[in-house]
Amino acid sequence: MNSHRFSWFNATSLTLGFVFLYLPILLLIIFSFNSSKLVTVWGGFSTKWYVSLFQNESFMNAAFVTLKVGLVSATIATVLGTLAALVMTRAGKFRGRTLFSGMIYSPLVMPEVITGLSLLLLFVALGWDRGFWTITLAHITFSMCFVAVVVSSRLITFDRSLEEAAKDLGCTPINAFLQVTLPIILPSVVAAWLLAFTLSIDDLVIASFTSGPGATTLPMKIYSQVRLGLNPEINALSTLMIIAVSVGVIVASILAKRAEAKQGLD
Amino acid sequence: MLWLLIFFLAPFFIVLKISLSDMATSIPPYTPQLDTKLGLLSSIPAYFKALDFENFIWLIEDNLYWKSYLSSLKVATISTLFVLLIGYPMAYALARAPTRWRGVLVLLIILPFWTSFLIRIYSWIGILKTEGFLNYFLMWIGIIDTPLEILNTNIAVYIGIVYSYLPFMILPLYAALEKMDDSLIEAALDLGSTRVTAFWQVTFPLSMPGVIAGCFLVFIPAMGEFVIPDILGGSETLMIGKTLWSEFFNNRDWPVAAAVAVVLLLLLVIPIVLFQRQQEKEHEVVA
Repeated sequence: MNSHRFSWFNATSLTLGFVFLYLPILLLIIFSFNSSKLVTVWGGFSTKWYVSLFQNESFMNAAFVTLKVGLVSATIATVLGTLAALVMTRAGKFRGRTLFSGMIYSPLVMPEVITGLSLLLLFVALGWDRGFWTITLAHITFSMCFVAVVVSSRLITFDRSLEEAAKDLGCTPINAFLQVTLPIILPSVVAAWLLAFTLSIDDLVIASFTSGPGATTLPMKIYSQVRLGLNPEINALSTLMIIAVSVGVIVASILAKRAEAKQGLD
Repeated sequence: MLWLLIFFLAPFFIVLKISLSDMATSIPPYTPQLDTKLGLLSSIPAYFKALDFENFIWLIEDNLYWKSYLSSLKVATISTLFVLLIGYPMAYALARAPTRWRGVLVLLIILPFWTSFLIRIYSWIGILKTEGFLNYFLMWIGIIDTPLEILNTNIAVYIGIVYSYLPFMILPLYAALEKMDDSLIEAALDLGSTRVTAFWQVTFPLSMPGVIAGCFLVFIPAMGEFVIPDILGGSETLMIGKTLWSEFFNNRDWPVAAAVAVVLLLLLVIPIVLFQRQQEKEHEVVA
């Protein structure tokens, strides 16, 4: 669409929208450097909440658990989700296709309380001890679906003849996949991994249902603090998380742009 | 060869899928069996009792669950409408923004979605509470004299839902609006329609797939939302996600929590199936 049509109305609605989206986050960040214990009253600049945050062992433990769950579950979910995406885009019509794609799409919108509760009931039925691995399994389950959707949208536009050429030249199917298909879809696989990872480190509801004693994730920890009201340490922690995520997303999107530009040149 | 690979892999996969993903989608049928293993409240009868209990009180129309479902429905519907009202102009503006800015602007929309949900909700407490930023601001510019009570009311829940689900609405809308051919509007204008009628008769109908997808993406999860009503809402806020949670964690009444989940799932089956159909259709069009 033409740029000269960019009217005042459009500019205003975008600006207001962005203010609405970002003002709360900005306030949160600014007040994490507040020296006063009253979170909404400015008492001067200070980084003491960051210091006390890093001395708080239970927060640090929870952060460690969260990272571990995130890394393990994102990696497994990416592998499974990519394979699922391959099946979805390649296998054509097979029995149970509707069921299969239904299973992939529905967790995207399923309320977390239902997913969490049903997974928990399953773990209990299987008689598994709840803890680190049950959280990880639960996270794999729901983030895999997001991976499948992201990767399959890339696979739809993928030129199959490249793969066939590789096979004509003597590659085994597995080699053709690893040497031709995978490098081409890699940016979207990486993006999917990042998505799975952030979903996992963000999740409160599913983790609360599926965790057991000893395995507390950071969102669970934050939640228990937030229920008691505002807390400057949480502001500091949130700021750190927001910065980490933003840097990650921006770097990822720059990398994706570069990859796109490169493909355009080829 | 590839076919072999796929047909060797596919069944393997479906088994794997079912072993993982099916827990999420089809656990309700398991719940009765589950209780036997649990030995909770002498198993199956308890489950049926819970269901009867549900149905029974459902008839009386005066119970927590029934009210929670209704008010969840209300909250989800109203917030979906608001998200659409706010999201549509933004998506529209985004689709018309200069091309070189678009990537950055879209990134700015997505960025909050990547940051923690919990944190974004938490950030609203400081704004909405009685001695929060919003009240300071409004009192400072002189609109109000006494602080407004917003936190712990339904209004706060609406704000929270609209805020957190906005990107879910904007992105499908943007995708639909961006594809649109500008010449169609020009044609409408040439044929004598005003800008406003051109919008309602050409642009809006063409963006319908985006509107529908966005509404599903907001409505379905908002129905079962737990975190927002729990943190921003007060005691008057009844939402089914919250009821389920407290039934499960506070009352430790698993059969009832499971029954609540089953009913919620049944309520959501229709929109979920519709959503999935639409997604499939979109994909086929692309393919």
